[in-house]
Amino acid sequence: MNFTWASAPHIKPRDSVSKIMFKVLLALLPSIFLLAWFFGCGVYINILLATSTALIAEAMVLKLRGRAVLKCLKDLSALVTAVLIGIAIPTLAPWWVVVLGTFFAIVIVKQLYGGLGFNLFNPAMAGYAFLLISFPQEMTAWAMPESLNVWLFSDIIRLIFSVQLPDAMTIDGITMATPLDVVKTQVAMNPYSDVTVLPLGIETLFAQGWGWLSLSYFVGGLWLVQQGIIAWQIPLGILSALALISAGFYFYDAQTYTSPLFHLLAGATMVGAFFIATDPVTAATAPKGRFVFGFMIGVLMYLIRVWGGYPDAMAFAVLLMNIAVPVIDYYTQPRVFGTRR
Amino acid sequence: MDLDGVIVFKGWNLKGGLNLEGHKDLSRQYSIINTAIPNELIYPLVDRSGNVQTALVKAGERVLKGQVIAGSKGVQGTLLHAASSGLVKENEWRMIAHPSGLKSECLIIATDGLDECCPVDEPVDYTQLSAADICEKVHQAGIVGLGGAGFPTAVKITPNNVRTIDTLIINGVECEPYITCDDRLMQQYPSEILLGIQVLLRALAIENCVIGIEEDMPEAIEAIQKAIECSGFNQIQVKVVPAVYPAGGERQLIYQLTGRETPNQGFPADVGVVCQNVGTVMAVYQAIVKGQVLIERVVTVTGMGINKPQNMWARIGTPIKDLVSQCGGYNGPIERLIMGGLMMGFSLPDDDVGITKATNCILVATSKEVTKSSEAEMQPCIRCGECALACPVNLLPQQIYWHSQGGAHQKCQSFGLFDCIECGCCDVVCPSHIPLVQYLRASKSKVFLKRREDEAAMLAKQRFERRDTRKAQEKVAQEQRIRLKKLALVKLQKESASSPVKMQDKS
Ligand code: SF4
Ligand code: SF4
Repeated sequence: MNFTWASAPHIKPRDSVSKIMFKVLLALLPSIFLLAWFFGCGVYINILLATSTALIAEAMVLKLRGRAVLKCLKDLSALVTAVLIGIAIPTLAPWWVVVLGTFFAIVIVKQLYGGLGFNLFNPAMAGYAFLLISFPQEMTAWAMPESLNVWLFSDIIRLIFSVQLPDAMTIDGITMATPLDVVKTQVAMNPYSDVTVLPLGIETLFAQGWGWLSLSYFVGGLWLVQQGIIAWQIPLGILSALALISAGFYFYDAQTYTSPLFHLLAGATMVGAFFIATDPVTAATAPKGRFVFGFMIGVLMYLIRVWGGYPDAMAFAVLLMNIAVPVIDYYTQPRVFGTRR
Repeated sequence: MDLDGVIVFKGWNLKGGLNLEGHKDLSRQYSIINTAIPNELIYPLVDRSGNVQTALVKAGERVLKGQVIAGSKGVQGTLLHAASSGLVKENEWRMIAHPSGLKSECLIIATDGLDECCPVDEPVDYTQLSAADICEKVHQAGIVGLGGAGFPTAVKITPNNVRTIDTLIINGVECEPYITCDDRLMQQYPSEILLGIQVLLRALAIENCVIGIEEDMPEAIEAIQKAIECSGFNQIQVKVVPAVYPAGGERQLIYQLTGRETPNQGFPADVGVVCQNVGTVMAVYQAIVKGQVLIERVVTVTGMGINKPQNMWARIGTPIKDLVSQCGGYNGPIERLIMGGLMMGFSLPDDDVGITKATNCILVATSKEVTKSSEAEMQPCIRCGECALACPVNLLPQQIYWHSQGGAHQKCQSFGLFDCIECGCCDVVCPSHIPLVQYLRASKSKVFLKRREDEAAMLAKQRFERRDTRKAQEKVAQEQRIRLKKLALVKLQKESASSPVKMQDKS
């Protein structure tokens, strides 16, 4: 009797890339609903645009590269990138912003480097940074929660696709500065201004939705950690670095520097710490290295937020640390069993 | 567990490892059965590590059960005995029990069913034997490690003045799924195993012995513990280890039981430990106390693809198909025939292969139990690090894989390629379904190849340099000769030139 040959181990594998990516998407769902709740259903349109662009672009490139299209699309990694871009982009940004950013992320950052597993830079963040540098105006169009009450879905569609506002509205009238923008512009205008008088209290954060959003990312992220999908060292590194440094400055001078809680809850801290920096392909790979990677991102974020040219810093901090990954990996190899301590 | 004197480890001390489904209930509850004499006994004339065994009998010769039929030379040489009486056939090229699935020259005995024995030595009292006697007898009985590695036992227990041994560890941890042969041995032969341990302790001239048994073998633990109480061998201690794969790896077990970390370039003896498998201890008992050579061992024949899984005393050399037919034959479509366990066993393309001393399990697996050939489903590494978390030796398999893909095999070594024990944990957890072990193994052999090439190149270079120096020397010598000749010539000319003058002068 004859049998097929195979190499050990013979046991069935436990997990698959698609399962991992699917769980990431699942963990993002509550935050997506919250985004829509606070900032309008523009986020659905963004996600829809981003995912369709991502799938079409990826399929195209795979076809050109002569790869198995369906097999690669099935890993869902393009979908995760697309959704992350979709939620990072302001809800009222024109349609071409999303499409362009996603296309850049998938085609240039991911596929031209060799596709899943070979890209050096986090595709979603590279796409986001590209947009932020190229279209700063469009990238700040976050809808004001109160203004949305009078909006119809068709108004939003019209705004996104033909950049037409409903009658009697101006773009300034319906968008708002994010809390981080507020700090940045204020300090830019007057370096000695007192941040305590700004509307940056934790209540405002929650009233404007940012606080709830951050909490939802936090919970989703914890679930991913519990599921063993993401490495806990990275978010821990980021959050602890950010909290430590901001606490240091805050207690040194509370009038110039915002509170640690503000830094943890505002902007992209939570989504970045749990969903973006944890992209395994572009992060450090050894457990110790992952903490270092995260910690350095936290440090960079604080530096850029407070002294850099952009109000938020997740994208740049992650991209900068992506460059450092090989070095971190080299110096954080765990001690092999049986080798000298 | 409520037995006195049993130490139960709560935690798993090593990093990594996996909790695997045991599947042990397929076979563990059945007593070990005896098997019929097969028509043919097949012995490969090469062992798993490639050492050649030289046949000591000729075709047409009649051999008796227990007669030495082949042996390998050198310090690590071993002997092979006929498992039954019969006629030696012409050597044939047959499929052998080797991961490569290749054919090799085999010695074949056509049995005559008489099972006629060689005259055996009178059993002796082991307490009267010297350490050297024991080692010699163990060697004569052809005993090698029965846990899978097949390392000659006599070499392991021969006293060595460089390293002092203080602990004997008995490996009763069958961490691989499905395998229950050691479990059954401990359940059925506890006092024999204890006597075997006494023999080994005597050979090593030490007192301490620890038996490591996995927590999911309660019957075995109880049987051994009872036997210790009855026999009064109280220096033998039972320690229960968690059912984590690969708790039964030699270095892993030593660390778990003693906290000593075997150096990666060294041996267990470097940390004062000798480790023996339960089956080997049983063979030592049979050799020293009963005067029997190693011609049979317990093999677990199991899997959902077999009608009646069980443990059996099988003669070394028995073709797998004979064992299978005594287990009620195959059951439904078989995906794979595996020799050894689910994690580290190798698949065989054919069932007409003789079992060896290292064969602990024949696993007949259906597609429900094993992966189908999955090369096609492989995806790129996403660096998730799951493999590193599962690795019991603390490697970063993803990095080794990455560098091996780039052909940087030297780099692989700096990431600990040769510390990989090929346990397969990384492979099982990889979400991208990368056959990591296969890649690591390939990388290892590439490094070996490179080393051999380098050595060959080195030799060639040395030879070349030697030739060069020889040539240079020859040249120098020749030049010397020429110079001397010239000098002589000049002298001669001068002489001949001056002499006519003289002559002229004279004239
Ligand atoms: S488990 Fe597989 S995908 Fe994950 S890092 Fe290891 S090799 Fe890469
Ligand atoms: S096969 Fe090697 S690399 Fe993989 S887990 Fe085992 S020891 Fe580590």
